[in-house]
Amino acid sequence: MAGNSTVHRRPAPGAIVAAEPGAHDIVAVPLRHPGRWVLASLILLALLGVGTSLWQNPNIDHPTIAKYLFSDRIVAGAVLTVALTIITMVLSTILGIVLALMRLSANPVLNSVAWLYVWIFRGTPLLVQIVFWGYLGLLYKQLSLGVPFTDFTVFTVDTNALIPAFVAGVIALTTNQAAYTAEIVRAGMLSVDQGQKEACYSLGMTPLFTLFKVELPQAMRVIIPPMGNETISMLKDTALLSLIAVAELYTVAARISSQNLHQVELLIVVSIWYLALTSILSVPQYYLERHYGRGSRTLGPTPIGRAVALAHRVRRSQEGNRS
Amino acid sequence: MNSILESPSPVRTDENRLPLVQAQGVRKSYGQLQVLKGIDLQVDAGQVMCLLGPSGSGKSTFLRCINHLERIDGGRINFDGELIGYAQRNGKLHEMKPREVARQRRGIGMVFQRFNLFPHLTALENIIAAPIGIKRIPKAQAIAQAHELLEQVGLGDKATLHPAKLSGGQQQRVAIARALAMEPKLMLFDEPTSALDPELVGDVLDVMQKLAASGMTMIVVTHEIGFARNVADEVVFMDGGVVVESGSPAEVLGNPSHERTRAFLENVI
Repeated sequence: MAGNSTVHRRPAPGAIVAAEPGAHDIVAVPLRHPGRWVLASLILLALLGVGTSLWQNPNIDHPTIAKYLFSDRIVAGAVLTVALTIITMVLSTILGIVLALMRLSANPVLNSVAWLYVWIFRGTPLLVQIVFWGYLGLLYKQLSLGVPFTDFTVFTVDTNALIPAFVAGVIALTTNQAAYTAEIVRAGMLSVDQGQKEACYSLGMTPLFTLFKVELPQAMRVIIPPMGNETISMLKDTALLSLIAVAELYTVAARISSQNLHQVELLIVVSIWYLALTSILSVPQYYLERHYGRGSRTLGPTPIGRAVALAHRVRRSQEGNRS
Repeated sequence: MNSILESPSPVRTDENRLPLVQAQGVRKSYGQLQVLKGIDLQVDAGQVMCLLGPSGSGKSTFLRCINHLERIDGGRINFDGELIGYAQRNGKLHEMKPREVARQRRGIGMVFQRFNLFPHLTALENIIAAPIGIKRIPKAQAIAQAHELLEQVGLGDKATLHPAKLSGGQQQRVAIARALAMEPKLMLFDEPTSALDPELVGDVLDVMQKLAASGMTMIVVTHEIGFARNVADEVVFMDGGVVVESGSPAEVLGNPSHERTRAFLENVI
């Protein structure tokens, strides 16, 4: 471009620049969004109001919160809550997958049993089921293993000895969750294209191999997001086990507050714990979704990957400035 | 492994012609609709048969009966000396267990219109899944074989890509390689180029032509008349669930004896 004496200036940051070489650069003022600032200010103000009213409330004894937040009993309760969540989610997922496969199988017996199971356990309140398992000792004083309708028995034990409160709690949560998991897994399996199964069969794969190598891995993409929700629900539902005196987080807090009468403070303590634990749970969910989403969409960098890239950029620009 | 696509073509003399696939009176209905009304066909080892016909003529259904993706209601299909899907004991036919059907299918490769690659696996993993998991081939050997097959279908550099990153034509060639990895005696192609952009069809047909030249027995459902003319040993025209006519490409395509065949060919070409 001989004779063009215009000095090529760098556009202002954030300005939109036309890609064509030689075209006049567009230096536009970005669209302003004053409404967002107003809205954000209002919400911030409201939050601040609620926060100060809680903070200055003479009925809340703040040192009590600090005292109990990391007390041994509360921490032990939180550990039990986490343990209950992990155990019940693992067991219920296995049971749920089995139930889902039974529902999808061509065998009418398996199919009906699975349907009946889901119908019962999804159709009655979890609270009722928990109390039921906790009071199993009232229904059957003893449990025995033997042949029905004969006198032959292998062994007999006291129900309350075999099923302490913790085990009853695990059974209650597991059996209930499995019904929901079964439906999630079934939906995931139905989302897999029928052509996948045909391709497997045409390669001489057996139905079982097809299930584990091709169908379940693809179903996982649909299964993982709702299962993350279910895990978070489960973490909170463990609090219901206070009804049958399982010493998890909420039970412990309720016991403490029944002695020192600081109910609200201990509720705040357990809320902080539940909130912290559910926040932590969303991290593995993010990575599981990425893992099972591979091949179906372009994956961006992880937050850690982004942080590393940002650090590199900052260092490079600093080096650039120095030279 | 011997290169499937480049091994020398076996001499096709009448002496060593064995009927690899033999269909007799094959019938199939979906409810009230009879889609196959007694199909009699025979494919010799090393032969390439192209099935032509309008959609709904039953050609794809017949193809899917050969590897028992569809159950037949009447007649029988023999493959490599065995009855497909059924065992004959004491003069009665017994339905086979899924495991036995799976064993029979290992000798029959299939390529689908919609490719049906496994989207969660890379091209290489797609190919080695069945050889490792089903044929119990050592992993290193299966990987080496898969690389060789990808090379032969012209995709040697795509081994690590997932299907979503491949074009339709590339996906279909991976699907062919995947079927060949099981070293089948027979390859079934169900409209392998119908879902492809026109400019991608040629690459897939080239691979199929090489495969035919290497002596692979193939049954191909297709609308590619040019391919049928150049590659097929026998062309079969189906309509309404019956074989209307069959013969050499020159006979069926060049000088069809039935009005229906002539009308179809006029529309397609």
